[in-house]
Amino acid sequence: MTRLFRSPRPIEQSPGKLAVRIVLFLVWLSCTPGFGQSADLIRLSQLQESIQDEKDRIQVINFWATWCGPCIKELPLFEKLHAERKDVRVRLVSVDLDLDPNPEKVRSFATRKKLKAEVLILDERNPNEWIEKVDKTWSGAIPATLIVNNRNGKRKFVERALQEGELEKLIAEIQ
Amino acid sequence: MKALFTFCACLIVLVAAAPIKNGYEIGDTVADFRLKNVDGKMIALSDYKDAKGVIVIFDCNTCPYSKAYNSRIIALHAKYAAQGFPVVTINPNDPTQSPGDSFERMVQQAKQKGYTFPYLVDESQEVSRAFGATNTPHVFIVQRINREFKVVYIGAIDDSAKDESATKRKYVEEAIDGLLQGKPITSTRTKAIGCTIKWKNA
Repeated sequence: MTRLFRSPRPIEQSPGKLAVRIVLFLVWLSCTPGFGQSADLIRLSQLQESIQDEKDRIQVINFWATWCGPCIKELPLFEKLHAERKDVRVRLVSVDLDLDPNPEKVRSFATRKKLKAEVLILDERNPNEWIEKVDKTWSGAIPATLIVNNRNGKRKFVERALQEGELEKLIAEIQ
Repeated sequence: MKALFTFCACLIVLVAAAPIKNGYEIGDTVADFRLKNVDGKMIALSDYKDAKGVIVIFDCNTCPYSKAYNSRIIALHAKYAAQGFPVVTINPNDPTQSPGDSFERMVQQAKQKGYTFPYLVDESQEVSRAFGATNTPHVFIVQRINREFKVVYIGAIDDSAKDESATKRKYVEEAIDGLLQGKPITSTRTKAIGCTIKWKNA
């Protein structure tokens, strides 16, 4: 096995190979957390616990998917919110796994779009069992957005695409 | 006179306080509708005089879930039309927002996939609103009772969008098999992830 990885000549002698190594290193770097998106898998129960644990900030949880046009169109609103409001925690929860079990599609999408807000991939299989646990009124159509303030117990749930400025308004309503 | 006044006042309060209906619930009677089919002919729910019921499915061309379920919708009609429960599909999407769901593309889709059931266009979106459809594909099974159609099931086709072979519950088949055998439906409402209906901008 080791023979496979041994170079016939020392790397230093070949500037071309060194360049390849640097490129590979950069590609690897771009795939690591902090540089791009790790976009971890999360069970709904874990997400729910995490929502309950956040006491300091207002939380905005957006349910989206890479195949959903209206979702992608409104992503910049969440990115803007994430960049501008330190008192708000934004999470973009992908429901892609329901149709495509490979999470890499979501990760490469998040990296390509340079998403800065936290991206998570919902690791659930039976929509009929978990949709109601997010919100009783949710039919399951996406985009859908949940806004939670644990300090006063207020929450909002919106099952449609949002317009510019609407997120800020909804946040103000539960502040 | 005073009693009459009180009665009227109560009536006004009752009417005013009645919640805005967000579509049909289980047991509701469906208002008749008449929509244009891909062959250009108008089709009404009341045309289904000999059916035991109808599997009404709000569906479209473009949604990945509609694509995933397309062959299963065709199979539902093949299995149940002869048993008295034909499929009727309705496209609710505004074609200005979803050009792939235009009437011309619907005609293409029906031809390509060999639809033997209606694929109706809900141009005004009034029928979709009346039903309370939210996503595609969204199923409403209506049963014909005394010349009226009553809603008996609302929701998903089954519990596995991606992989048909991994299906544990076939909600629509279970419901119709139950109806055919005169048994109560175990799950009358189910939920699934789906593409939101592209409503016209108000």
